[in-house]
Amino acid sequence: MTEHDITLSVNGTEHELTVEPRTLLVTALREDLGYTGANVGCETARCGACTVRVNGEAIKSCMRFAVQSDGAEIETVEGLAENGDLAPLQEQFQENHGLQCGFCTPGMLMTADTYLKDADDPSREEIREAIEGNLCRCTGYHNIVDAIEATLEQREASHE
Amino acid sequence: MSESDQPADKRGFGDPIERDEDVPLLTGEATYTDDIQLRGTAHLAIRRSDHAHARLLEVDTSAAEAMDDVVAVYTGADVEDSGVPNTIPTAWMLPGLVTPQYRMLAVDKVRHEGDGIAAVVAETPQAAQDALEAIDVEYEALEHVTDPVESVDRDVPPVHEEAEDNVAFDFELGDADAVDEAFADADRVASVDLRQPRLIPNAMEPRSALADWDVATEKLRLWMTSQNPHLHRMLLSAGTLGVPENKIQVIAPEVGGGFGSKIYHYPDEAVTAWCSMQLGRPVKWKASRMEGYVTDCHGRDHTTSAEIAVDDDGTVRGIRVETHAGLGAQLSQFATATPSYLYATILSGEYAIPAIHCRVIGAFTNTTPVDAYRGAGRSEGIYVIERLMDVAARELEMDPAELRRTNLVPPDEFPYETAAAVVYDSGEYERAMDTALEHVGYDDLRERQAELREEGRYLGIGVANFVESAGLSPSGLAGDLGAQAGGWESSIVRFDSTGTVTVLVGTADQGQGHRTTFAQIAAEELGVDVDAIDVVEGDTDQIPQGLGTYGSRSASVGGGAIARGAREVREKAREIAAHQLEASVDDIEFDDGEFHVAGAPDRSYHIQEIAAEAYLGHDLPEEMDPGLEATNFYDPENFTFPFGTHVAVVEIQPETGEIDLERYVAVDDCGEIINPMIVEGQVHGGIAQGIGAALYEGAAYDDDGHLLTRRMDEYAVPHSTYVPDFETDHTVTPSPHNPIGVKGVGESATIAAAPTVVSAVVDALEPFDVDHLDMPITPETVWQAMGGEE
Repeated sequence: MTEHDITLSVNGTEHELTVEPRTLLVTALREDLGYTGANVGCETARCGACTVRVNGEAIKSCMRFAVQSDGAEIETVEGLAENGDLAPLQEQFQENHGLQCGFCTPGMLMTADTYLKDADDPSREEIREAIEGNLCRCTGYHNIVDAIEATLEQREASHE
Repeated sequence: MSESDQPADKRGFGDPIERDEDVPLLTGEATYTDDIQLRGTAHLAIRRSDHAHARLLEVDTSAAEAMDDVVAVYTGADVEDSGVPNTIPTAWMLPGLVTPQYRMLAVDKVRHEGDGIAAVVAETPQAAQDALEAIDVEYEALEHVTDPVESVDRDVPPVHEEAEDNVAFDFELGDADAVDEAFADADRVASVDLRQPRLIPNAMEPRSALADWDVATEKLRLWMTSQNPHLHRMLLSAGTLGVPENKIQVIAPEVGGGFGSKIYHYPDEAVTAWCSMQLGRPVKWKASRMEGYVTDCHGRDHTTSAEIAVDDDGTVRGIRVETHAGLGAQLSQFATATPSYLYATILSGEYAIPAIHCRVIGAFTNTTPVDAYRGAGRSEGIYVIERLMDVAARELEMDPAELRRTNLVPPDEFPYETAAAVVYDSGEYERAMDTALEHVGYDDLRERQAELREEGRYLGIGVANFVESAGLSPSGLAGDLGAQAGGWESSIVRFDSTGTVTVLVGTADQGQGHRTTFAQIAAEELGVDVDAIDVVEGDTDQIPQGLGTYGSRSASVGGGAIARGAREVREKAREIAAHQLEASVDDIEFDDGEFHVAGAPDRSYHIQEIAAEAYLGHDLPEEMDPGLEATNFYDPENFTFPFGTHVAVVEIQPETGEIDLERYVAVDDCGEIINPMIVEGQVHGGIAQGIGAALYEGAAYDDDGHLLTRRMDEYAVPHSTYVPDFETDHTVTPSPHNPIGVKGVGESATIAAAPTVVSAVVDALEPFDVDHLDMPITPETVWQAMGGEE
């Protein structure tokens, strides 16, 4: 099978790798580069456990071939914490018990973190809509919505 | 509880402390089975049956074997010929139970879509998948059956030759004569026929296994997505592979949800291990979601006729229940227990019902095996009694909450022996019910409902009471009922020589927060900070024995074992302290981790100092062995019985049949609460799964016996927009026989939520004379029930 040499920038680090055309982005991240934060839960873009950010946009990395992301800036859950300190969103997930088994959490965090960049005083309903593409079977979502809301409140307070 | 009434900072028991588990999960550093990479790993894929029921005429693997990167291809005959026991055993026997051999791969015929036929091992997962297509399977199709009633009523080729009528068991519980008498005497009888659809558990992490057979030491290491590593080790050893138990290490690393589906010993993980043993190299298998949908055990699948006899004043005289339970094509571990003892024994619900009889016909069907899914048996049983209470209330023209209240077991009747053969430990049912009704504003809601009906708007208020049996025990009782395993749990509580504490316990977490909760229990008993305690689960080489996590047992049985172990450690420490303080043991008091002589608190030793002394061994009481640890096997004297009342408020859109779930109120009583934040999280998740069952979820087969709901976009796992915010509250009624008073909470809300939501929808549709609707209640179902036509 033809193989392709590609470059992926993951959380600011450049990686050069060789992939088959059919290699999915999530497979390249997990198997070839060892970024196992993104998880594979459904292979059909329904569960969102594989969500990462590509060039600033949250996408389901099971739905994209690695070659399509050649040269792209990719951000994964591994890049959220800085110098070992949890990001405010991660802290709020812990404080509000917004995770149980944790399998959906990396994808949920990437979706929420992307949403938060532009979110302006959303209602709880709007927050629910923002994370609609990420399934969680453990929490019933209530505490996830709390965590996202609390992150926003914290941000507002720090701006005042 | 310890003697201390003064909790130190972060002491823990009862505090909503943040989870120790979270940081690795939040940063992507956590290690699930599929994250583990071993050098030289080969990858397994399994060729599965496309047919629901067919003879296997030929399985030709030659083309697959010749493909690039394919290491080996094995059929069911290869496994059989290897001389291993090759049985996936049933772990619960019932009288007259038919137990056909359940093999790792099919040999003679396939019995459901997804049945394993051949195993491909290749250098990459992609190569293994490619080779699956090249296996040529010749089938002779047989007539199939997927419905549990049709399975035994229709003349179809049996799923197993050993059960010609497809009946695996015919189970009865209760007193049929007493029920006949009650029905003859009662003023009225109401009835309901209902289906409890087949559900797919949908843990977010698919099942996965990584096996590493060490040729030199003949030892198998198996990382797998397991709720009970020791049980897997035992069944693999004794039933399937014949490897001595002490030559198998099962490790459950981070596990991404289970809800029952990761209890079971499936063929696939055993095939992974067997392939590693054949090849002498690591072999990894990971289920795709679609593969999981046809192989992970499903739940429920009951068809039931139920009747209730009541007097005009609302007194329930008796109930009569007959159920056909679909078991699927093979008997999974607890497939027989779930629709029998876990179901029939809870049919009394929270009510004092003098006469109960239940018959359950367990039917083989050409479907994925069915076993315990969150709520298991209790969900189905509570659903039946709560639907019966609603139809009886309609019959009597009584308020459904009032009818329920009239029949509650009163608090002074505990321990209460039901007519369904169990003894409820403790309960303040009316208190929880009042709390829920007050919280939701029940009387006001009824008034609002009446007003809205005048305007042509349909509000529904659903109230359901539940009680459930948690922590299946004691072992002797489980054995009497047919269990092939015990009901105990084991722990080691160990002070390390520098004063930290290691707790090893045989339960296995899949997101419940055991490391945090269990540290809180040990901290309370030992008077040390939770941060000084590390809890270890999920490794059979580290933890001596265990039965695992299922049936809401971990806090009560595992937690009980930890509390008892910690107390034993504390008492040994007290003896050492007495020796150091030159006092009698009886005079030594224990406060907040400190030992001192009664009345002389100035001179004291902290338990962590005593631990150091215990390991130095320089100056211990005569005849005392060094060290400070205890192994405890805790076998409870009874189940625990969590309970509560849930209320849902819905409004139906008459034009479309859409159901707006406006409010959901849950009042749970799980006994003493170790960590209220975690308990509330369990309740939230449980409610979502119960709402899912009531309104969205349901697996279906087409006429060819193929699963129709085979992907996540076809089976409706609730999204964030499908469920409302939840309003939770609790009461606390300790379990009198549990060392820490807890009852368990893992399944409660799932059990409660389905009947609560169904009750609310049916209540909204009262003006349309709707007494019952089967789950999942979709807008189309509602619209038709309101008189809309197809």
